[in-house]
Amino acid sequence: MNTAALTAQPVASPHAHGGNSVTRTMFRVQMALVPATLYGFWLFGWPAFFLWLLTILSCLGFEALSLKMMGVTRIKATLFDGSALLTGWLLAMTLPPWAPWWVAVVGGFIAIVIGKQVFGGVGQNVFNPAMVARVALLVSFPVPLTMWVSPLPLTSLAAPDFIDGLRIFLTSLPQPDAMASASLLGYTKTELSRGIDLLHSLAGDHAPVLSWIGARSGSFGESASLLILGGGLYLIGVGIISWHTPAAVLAGLAIPAAIGHSVDPTHYLSVSAHLLSGAAMLGAFFIATDYVTSPNTVSGQIVFGLGIGLMTWVIRTYGGYPEGMAFAVLLMNALTPVIDRFIKPRVLGRDRKGKPLDIPETKEA
Amino acid sequence: MGFMNLFKHFLGDDWGVHPDDHKRPAADQPVRVMPVPARLYLPLQQHLGGPARPIVLVGQKVKKGELIAEAQGMVSAPIHAPTSGTVAAVTEITAPHPSGLTLPAIILDADGADEWIELHGCDDPFALDPAEIGKRVASAGVVGLGGAAFPSAVKLIGASKAKVTTLVMNGGECEPYLSCDDRLMRDAAAGIVDGIRIMLHATGAKVALVGIEDNKPEAIVAMQAAAAGFDSVQIRPVPARYPMGSEKQLIQVLTGIEVPADGRPADIGVIVHNVGTALALRTAVRDGKPLISRLVTVNGNCASQPGNIEVRVGTLAEEVIAFAGGLKGDGLGLARRVMGGPMMGMQIPHWRVPVVKGTSGILAFDTVEVAEQEPNPCIRCGSCVKACPMGLLPLEMSSRIRNEAYGEAIDLGLKDCIACGCCAYVCPSKIPLVQYFVHAKGELAAQDRAKLRGDATKKLALQRQERLEREAREKAEANAKRKAEREAAAAAKAAAEAAAKAETQGESA
Repeated sequence: MNTAALTAQPVASPHAHGGNSVTRTMFRVQMALVPATLYGFWLFGWPAFFLWLLTILSCLGFEALSLKMMGVTRIKATLFDGSALLTGWLLAMTLPPWAPWWVAVVGGFIAIVIGKQVFGGVGQNVFNPAMVARVALLVSFPVPLTMWVSPLPLTSLAAPDFIDGLRIFLTSLPQPDAMASASLLGYTKTELSRGIDLLHSLAGDHAPVLSWIGARSGSFGESASLLILGGGLYLIGVGIISWHTPAAVLAGLAIPAAIGHSVDPTHYLSVSAHLLSGAAMLGAFFIATDYVTSPNTVSGQIVFGLGIGLMTWVIRTYGGYPEGMAFAVLLMNALTPVIDRFIKPRVLGRDRKGKPLDIPETKEA
Repeated sequence: MGFMNLFKHFLGDDWGVHPDDHKRPAADQPVRVMPVPARLYLPLQQHLGGPARPIVLVGQKVKKGELIAEAQGMVSAPIHAPTSGTVAAVTEITAPHPSGLTLPAIILDADGADEWIELHGCDDPFALDPAEIGKRVASAGVVGLGGAAFPSAVKLIGASKAKVTTLVMNGGECEPYLSCDDRLMRDAAAGIVDGIRIMLHATGAKVALVGIEDNKPEAIVAMQAAAAGFDSVQIRPVPARYPMGSEKQLIQVLTGIEVPADGRPADIGVIVHNVGTALALRTAVRDGKPLISRLVTVNGNCASQPGNIEVRVGTLAEEVIAFAGGLKGDGLGLARRVMGGPMMGMQIPHWRVPVVKGTSGILAFDTVEVAEQEPNPCIRCGSCVKACPMGLLPLEMSSRIRNEAYGEAIDLGLKDCIACGCCAYVCPSKIPLVQYFVHAKGELAAQDRAKLRGDATKKLALQRQERLEREAREKAEANAKRKAEREAAAAAKAAAEAAAKAETQGESA
């Protein structure tokens, strides 16, 4: 084939463009993340800020390095399309807020090099890079990755100042017991394994209602479920994502949760606890909607989303890990090519199988 | 309507795109009539099908409306002199095509008199036989004025044979920037409705549904007023959305019927014509005047006075632009020259290209409008899937084509692609998707041609071998026959001799 014909100055129509660009799309997603991120900074202080910054920088650094090693000529354009930055941002959102510096660097390496560039760069990866890094880190370094810190708002006296924050971030000293805490999902899982049912374990300090305002321990960007929901609704409003995937994820999680909770409230968490804790909102609106690793068609996205929601519920309820969103996303990522193969839009003038429609026998006015 | 659109958008049932239409202020300017230029360039192929055959000699004097090239083949259209003058040459000129290749054309020098030949009109077209109308439309060289330029008579006669019931009139003009149909509907609504009624008579269709996008309220009002007395002509406002004017989409919106992928509109009892074509057809039948001029929109950020201009066919775009007030800053900042609309029109290499029957617009775009940018990798966002009015997967097709897997691209529906450009319009990575599809279709056509040629050669070789074998066999048979005959003759002779001998012997005995 004459490849010059494809790469030369386009002569085919259209001669106008809608004005959308990859950079603009990525920028809007980042805008949608800002409120929850700022809230996270306030809630968890300087160490969280350093973690966020270094994760993004390491993603950009590994992206630039990979592009250079592969001999890509347009490094700058690719680097600033915003995709590596977004990967880093999303990864930071899923990490424990006081995770040490090397988690950010190793995470950036796994996300960009192993999760993305090995597959051929932007648009080619099978799995969501941020989730690949999240899961790889969790499996490899379980201790720092499950070290949750109690919310210490910046305005409170106990919050570390800039220097202390830097020290916490760089030295990775074990956190004082007073500050350590468990996430809601982790706590209930532990208590259930100790034979304490949910009705007792969720009384008092661990009431799920705290999830509503987000002042709880957990990953850096997962706490403010409502702010994330707001960001997601903004993305739907400006047309970056469609409502199908998030709705399907939340439905896939909420439906089994509702059934379980109504059957046995002592062993199954309620719908609101499921939806507002952990990575449910972040996963539904920002992770499952990743363009590259999710199906192309609306029907495919619904199947994909339902799968993620259901898998998340199963892992959270019966699995060994308290949170299952990342695993569920990776599993459904693997199924995306299959979904895309079987679920295709109907072509105008053809039936679902691709056969031309019949010509009607009778013609009436 | 607005709410329903929003609702449909929410549900994801929202084919096509909603480009900024850029129709005003050009659409609101009164039509300007351009005087006949000194020289006209008339390509012999201004329509789909076979090129016309010139029937004039260099130096011959012709009158306005005189036949200068006749239709040739089943699908073709004749060409008439747009003004009176002298044939200067029959030669090659730059075609209105992105390739910049040349095309045979007749060059006519105007004499300034602009004198008509004797015209044979008709006062009551409804008394004419439908076949006679078809004949008159064919001899007037009327073609579809929406852009595809399919010979109208071929469509009319075909429709009459197929016994269509519904005539769908395309007044959508969904292409941004263009407003020539809008202008015609505002200014000549009565003539268009008359033309539609003649079309109904010629095809035998019972009803005409005129689809007009709701971004042209003046045209809708004018057409409704003109069609008020006629039950068979219904004006139907349709939502402004690209590609509403595409045949299959407009039919579905207006009649609710889908055209089967392997069928034509006539198969479901529908025929589609453009509103401008209706007016040209009326002029051809009532006044006997052939198609020699048309309305052209001059637009784009670089055009200093955007508007609609009535132009003789064969006028160079250069002269049309000059008449329209020229380009801003003498063309400083001009990024792309386009003939037709921005979505499906053609980029042309320079302005010395003539307006032909299908030219709806001459657009001078600046860099902002063209938004040229090197394509980025596909991020599989699915915008193209949502935009595709045919329900295809442009991103999958283009990735197959990049790998030369044309067969897989066909399985994904490459042949259903109407090249409307919605996918490339919305692509955030600016991938020239239509370019891929055009390339693949061209490649497949070349493969088909090569295969046909190969098959033909193979057939010829087989035939030759058969012929040689047959000849050899026949020769051998003939030889054997001759040999047998010779032997038989020899045997007979011998027998006769023997008999004679015996006889003589007997006699002698």
